[in-house]
Amino acid sequence: MAQTILVLTLMLIGAFLMALAGLGILRMPDTFLRMSATAKAGTLGAGLILLGAAVYFNEFAIYTRAAAIIVFLLITAPVAAHMIGRAAYFDGVPLWKGTIQDDLHGHYRRSTHTLESGEVPAQDQVEALSESDDFPEEE
Amino acid sequence: MIEIFWNIILGMISLGLIAAFIRLVRGPYLPDRVIALDLISVLAMGFIIVYAVRFNQPNFLDVAIILALITFLGTVAFAYYLERRS
Repeated sequence: MAQTILVLTLMLIGAFLMALAGLGILRMPDTFLRMSATAKAGTLGAGLILLGAAVYFNEFAIYTRAAAIIVFLLITAPVAAHMIGRAAYFDGVPLWKGTIQDDLHGHYRRSTHTLESGEVPAQDQVEALSESDDFPEEE
Repeated sequence: MIEIFWNIILGMISLGLIAAFIRLVRGPYLPDRVIALDLISVLAMGFIIVYAVRFNQPNFLDVAIILALITFLGTVAFAYYLERRS
């Protein structure tokens, strides 16, 4: 009985975090804020649900498997989020208009895709798009 | 009694899936869609695990492992080509 309560509690919290991740990706105002909502809440929710499954089956093989998935998720989720965020910034996705500070502005060189500590010449800066260009025409 | 809790858990994950799908359709930028796809596969993984526990089928956990691996590779590939596009 205690085991069932523990499993249900873990899974309810995990499912709640997953619903929060969905709410975050739907309601957050810009790409980077959406990414921060999904990368953290989604990973933690999946980890808690996996932990609940491991407690439910209560076998050594399942514990090992669950631990492997949790460690893998914890390693890969930040890497994937960082790569998508970097690609989005280079792609010119605009920040939310309420953003106070953009420390990367003017420091990314467009031609070589490198970050520099000094200001990059204006024609080589990454500029933000004004409107959506999901599938731009080829020049 | 416990049945209700399983339905609540699956319902909450489904709500997250619906929200992520709306974002996948609406965009407005390509990275938004990639993030939405990423979230959808994580939520699907959670759904599969809950299903495995609910119907007592531990073999379904292997599906979750494969899904986690493929999701990571897919997101990294999307990011790679997105950055090369600009």
